[in-house]
Amino acid sequence: MGPVDFVQLLTPEGERVEHPDYAFTPDTAGGDGADEAEVIRGLYRDMVLVRRIDTESTALQRHGELGLWAQLLGQEAAQVGSGRALAPQDFAFPTYREHGVAWCRGVDPLQVLTLWRGSAHAGWDPAEYNFGNYTVVIGAQTLHATGYAMGVQRDGLVGTGDPERDTAVVTYFGDGASSQGDVNEAFVFAASYNAPVVFLCQNNQWAISAGSERQSRIPLYQRANGFGFPGVRVDGNDVLACYAVTKAALQRAREGNGPTLVEAYTYRMGAHTTTDDPTRYRMSEELERWKLKDPIARVRAYLTRSGLADADWFGVLDEEADDLGHRLREGCKALADPDPLDIFDQVYVEQTAELAEQRDAFAAYHASFTGAGA
Amino acid sequence: MTKMTLAKALNAGLRRAMEDDPKVLLMGEDVGKLGGVFRITEGLQKDFGEDRVLDSPLAESGIIGTAVGLAMRGYRPVCEIQFDGFVYPAYDQIVSQVAKIHFRTRGAVRMPMVIRIPYGGGIGAVEHHSESPEAQFAHTPGLKVVTCSNPADGYVMIQQAIASDDPVIFFEPKRQYHSDKAEVDEGAELTAAAPLFTSKVVRPGSDVTLVAYGPMVKTCLKAAEAAAAEGRSIEVIDLRSLSPLDLGPVEESVRRTGRIVVAHEAHTNLGMGAEVAARISERCFYSLEAPVLRAGSYDTPYPPSRIEEDYLPDLDRVLDAVDRTFEF
Repeated sequence: MGPVDFVQLLTPEGERVEHPDYAFTPDTAGGDGADEAEVIRGLYRDMVLVRRIDTESTALQRHGELGLWAQLLGQEAAQVGSGRALAPQDFAFPTYREHGVAWCRGVDPLQVLTLWRGSAHAGWDPAEYNFGNYTVVIGAQTLHATGYAMGVQRDGLVGTGDPERDTAVVTYFGDGASSQGDVNEAFVFAASYNAPVVFLCQNNQWAISAGSERQSRIPLYQRANGFGFPGVRVDGNDVLACYAVTKAALQRAREGNGPTLVEAYTYRMGAHTTTDDPTRYRMSEELERWKLKDPIARVRAYLTRSGLADADWFGVLDEEADDLGHRLREGCKALADPDPLDIFDQVYVEQTAELAEQRDAFAAYHASFTGAGA
Repeated sequence: MTKMTLAKALNAGLRRAMEDDPKVLLMGEDVGKLGGVFRITEGLQKDFGEDRVLDSPLAESGIIGTAVGLAMRGYRPVCEIQFDGFVYPAYDQIVSQVAKIHFRTRGAVRMPMVIRIPYGGGIGAVEHHSESPEAQFAHTPGLKVVTCSNPADGYVMIQQAIASDDPVIFFEPKRQYHSDKAEVDEGAELTAAAPLFTSKVVRPGSDVTLVAYGPMVKTCLKAAEAAAAEGRSIEVIDLRSLSPLDLGPVEESVRRTGRIVVAHEAHTNLGMGAEVAARISERCFYSLEAPVLRAGSYDTPYPPSRIEEDYLPDLDRVLDAVDRTFEF
């Protein structure tokens, strides 16, 4: 693999670098007194906590508390950078690996765990967080995002010039999903209707065992050219660049200039899911090379070297992460199983007589067992 | 009351639904300027604008997938699939998303969407233009599936489907779009009409119960007329709703007649007739004088159109099945 040309604002060594088109300019003028350093510390904190969610959840799966877990290890910057670039009114459509974006949208990680534990198919109300439910069918959500963005257009919330009102939509997907028909149809629809949607592709190099070169003969961001909107590749392990590039793309959408494809070039350092064994299809040397580009280590190096955070600050954060891990471990085991009777009531808004009958029969059947508990 | 075809009745129903609720959108291939290949949406883009009547790119999954997002944003999309055989590219979005989102979110997200599908044969079309895939959708929990058989029902049912907070697959018998005119009351209150998910006795009778829906209702009414001339009284029931099934009127009828035939254009194997047969056997076992018989099409793919009339169950095949119920 040769050198990859992408937008980078923070090198793996933790050096800030300039880019002709993009700069890290967080919203610090909101009157909340936050300065740039505080924002960067915040991004670092997010990534550390999100990584802890990931490692705890992997452990919970190993202990049999979760049926499955899709690891995000290595993709913290792509998710936190893009997730923190969203305005409150923006709406995000995730795949099933966007635990970091869920975190940024305020979804309790325990709500995320319900899906992986088998307690629920979806742990939260999308409208409450402006964050869609995890989508397991690869790429399906990119069309939902495009349609949602078309709705935003019809609501007159594009190009008003009011930053509190103008709304953008972001949809996540991966390099594997880029081969799906739905993703390509989403590109077509978004371009055709000039929908305010950002297509955020985390190219983590692997679709389970298929390398990204199996999906595309050209860099993925260049696909956008063929659909008639801009594409940009960003260092997906650089949280500052991911923030800056996503923010610009969202702003472009809000202003009524249509979709953008952002390819966050990153690496899935873990397995596809806890059932996967990446040693069967990729060399450990590749992983070792990517570890040198770790998204968290570079920010730590920058904060340390610049004197923006000291050992005490990192220590407090470590304790916060430990507390979060503890809460997840205990909270996961305490998650309630769904009530089997409820499934009959959740199929339709207006329940059918058929399902009511099945529900009653199911209840009666259960009640027929002697000694059946309350 | 105005005399109109099914096509005009559906058009009028769509128009009224759009007037009543600004959130109702129409989307599909060629539904705007052209008015749809069957002209069901004729004139609606001109009157409601391109924001509400969307000529979509030529991609069925894209139509349904974006409609999901629009529904999440509070709209009520009415999607047209141009022909029955073209619904399959959208099958994943329909079955895995549209049908499951309300359940997945435990009711937090609703999918008030209508997917209109012209279906059935008899128009001399090329392959993929004459199919009857209704059972595939009726088999999917989370969808509701209805079909109209006449202009008056078409006018009311399309509005009721749009008003439904659950996703409705709305099958339209394309052979009848432009065939017969019937009285339609355009001023009728929807609430005064029969509820959407109910079946209807469309011809009373006493000797045998004939259950049909969509394009076969007309065939079965003709069959009943022919049988009456020979002294046999057939009760014809239009199912109208395929999911949920409203078999109350069918059960009541079978308890009187003791005999039942289910007719549909779809393949017989695992078709709607199979489900009706199973339920009637369960609930009316002691009333049955004969097994439930089915008059469906054969379990082959749809044939070239020059022989489609041999393939589709027609008046004679229906009456043949009726005769056979009397052999037990």
